[in-house]
Amino acid sequence: MKSIKVALVGTPNVGKSTIYNALTHSHEHTGNWPGKTVGVSKGECVYQDTLYTFYDLPGTYSLISKSQEEVVATDFIVFSSFDVAVVVCDATSLEKGINLVLQTKEICRNVVVCINLVDEAKKKGINIDYKLLEKRLGSIVVPTSARDKEGLTELIGAIKHSQNKDFLDIDYGVLNKLIEEAAINIKTDEYNPKWIALKILENNKYYINKLNKLGVINKLNEQDIDYDVNLEVVLKVAKKAKEILKNVISYERVNYDAKERKIDRILTSKIWGIPIMLAILFGCFYITIIGANYPSSLLFNFFSSLEGGIIKFLEFIHLPALVIDLLVNGVYKTLYFVVSVMMPPMMIFFPMFTFLEDLGVLPRIAFNMDRAFSKCKACGKQALTMCMGIGCNAVGVTGARIIDSKRERLIAILTNIFMPCNGKFPTLIAVITIFFVGFNKKYGSVICALILTGVIFLGILLTFLVSYILSKTILKGEPSSFTLELPPYRMPNIIDTIKYSVKDRAIFVLGRAVKVAIPAGLLIGIIANVKINDVSILRYLVNFLDPVGLVLGVDGVIILALLLGFPANEIVIPIMLMGYLNTNALIDMDNLNVLRDIFVNNGWTIKTAICFITLFLYRFPCSTTLLTIYKETKSKFYTLLSVVIPLFIGIILCLIVNCIFF
Amino acid sequence: MRLDNINLNDYVTIINVFGDTSIKRRLLDLGFIPGEEVKCVLISPFKDPKAYQVHGNVIALRNIDAHNIEVQNEVN
Repeated sequence: MKSIKVALVGTPNVGKSTIYNALTHSHEHTGNWPGKTVGVSKGECVYQDTLYTFYDLPGTYSLISKSQEEVVATDFIVFSSFDVAVVVCDATSLEKGINLVLQTKEICRNVVVCINLVDEAKKKGINIDYKLLEKRLGSIVVPTSARDKEGLTELIGAIKHSQNKDFLDIDYGVLNKLIEEAAINIKTDEYNPKWIALKILENNKYYINKLNKLGVINKLNEQDIDYDVNLEVVLKVAKKAKEILKNVISYERVNYDAKERKIDRILTSKIWGIPIMLAILFGCFYITIIGANYPSSLLFNFFSSLEGGIIKFLEFIHLPALVIDLLVNGVYKTLYFVVSVMMPPMMIFFPMFTFLEDLGVLPRIAFNMDRAFSKCKACGKQALTMCMGIGCNAVGVTGARIIDSKRERLIAILTNIFMPCNGKFPTLIAVITIFFVGFNKKYGSVICALILTGVIFLGILLTFLVSYILSKTILKGEPSSFTLELPPYRMPNIIDTIKYSVKDRAIFVLGRAVKVAIPAGLLIGIIANVKINDVSILRYLVNFLDPVGLVLGVDGVIILALLLGFPANEIVIPIMLMGYLNTNALIDMDNLNVLRDIFVNNGWTIKTAICFITLFLYRFPCSTTLLTIYKETKSKFYTLLSVVIPLFIGIILCLIVNCIFF
Repeated sequence: MRLDNINLNDYVTIINVFGDTSIKRRLLDLGFIPGEEVKCVLISPFKDPKAYQVHGNVIALRNIDAHNIEVQNEVN
């Protein structure tokens, strides 16, 4: 079978990943903000007897790189072997894309131009003459609307038929003579000597070293150059792009983005900007709580009603009583608690969150909050990683790659834990409902959502505080430059959003929780049943941890649950319940409302609840997040710091609460 | 005049871009190129950063970074 390797290049946020997903049937998540894709992903598809391998590169404004993801893209285009480069452009802002096309054609012989988002351009009254553009560029131009899967067959056809051409020759004016002189010492068939000459003139150490090692550059002449090479290059490429686009684009309306600006004015207004952000957050929580309430108790009642039958069945097949107890009270109860309490809120919150992400709201939040980050000498894009952290801290940590400066990236990674992740919400909702709201039918959900919003608000304040302290101590430094594109609002494909968030996010996270819940339930069951001197191991552990708990305003069972819940936040409550039920074995759980009785019978008060929430929020990142932090920082020190900082804050807060309630 | 001094909805033309290599490179990449038209379209709640429309994109810059861009009023 014939095989073609394709590199997908494009400026950030033009829908490259959407095209990649549609072509390869993958489910890489596409968010509406720049920098969502941070590594190179690879996917394949077979179409009419040809195997296509696609490499989705991170978005890049130019091929003269600065940030981590742009180096990844440029390196791939220059040094990897592939057949065709597809440059994806945004039809609503073509000039930026054409700049990148020209730069790509300078270093790559076979280029196909894909103009995406043509549906959006049409809506805005932007008309593009594709035939004229194709003629001027000398590359095949394919209009697509990847979200609606339009134009993709044509794109595949263009990739198949696209031919190798000469490297693009751009007139660099005053630099031409210098380029010629430098090119004498360059020997290569593979790369464009003119591009290498430019790297030498720019004194780009990274590429000079790399090409030197490959034996491409024979010798380097030290030259004093009077020109600002970078500026000249950019100006000449931009001039060329303008020439190419002359008469290619026409606008039907002058104010084609007036509506968008109006929405932006409201979302970022001086008075309403911040309250609207908090209101959106509150709204999401409110809908989650209201929506999850009923399905939760339905699932719970369903699973607990099966309990009797399961016990009867296990007795019927003559399992020993001890094993039945382990399986039912240990594994089954933990499992169904995780499923019924955790699943409904996730199924509701994740799609809403993904919707906001795809719509393009998150960059506006970063825009509103940047001033505060700049005061803390951090980067405004940290707000984006915080939003991702609400989904999952591990994702937030990885997402910190969008921040260029290493110092600011580390701050974002170390403080991400202050945003409670989605896996913590159901537990928080349960405890808040029991101890602060009661079962007030009328306003219960409102109060609960308000408290949750307050928890996020506290997290934001702590993020600022810790960022500031880090900037003054371990990670000293001044803020680097901050540039953030505010992309146009895009109405997401609702079905795709729901499909993605349920399948790839909620089920994935839940699956992880269930996987942990089974062995954890078993472990608890075992240590509760194995006895030394007539006292169970669980009792010993709880008694051992009780003094620690007492100091922090909780008890030994809670501490044990928080420790054993390290692999997944979702299993903390079930472990706690197992602990209480197995040490006292008083109440049988047949209803969610019994939760309160169990807690209260084991000495929980308002103070216990506050201290539990505090420790639950700020103990240490879950195992997945911790691993991700280590992978991203490659430093044991910073990984340790990511545990110590929240733990320290959690303990301090608990001690304060203890003093207040003493 | 520098870009951070312009008012909301002002149209200006870029004359020059200053600053150290990395910020200059980044600004040029984003389309803040001499000769290009820029409009200030948004101001954040705390007056910094501001967002500018250039090349058909909206880009947020902190005032300290926008100060690297020299501009002049549109001459009609």
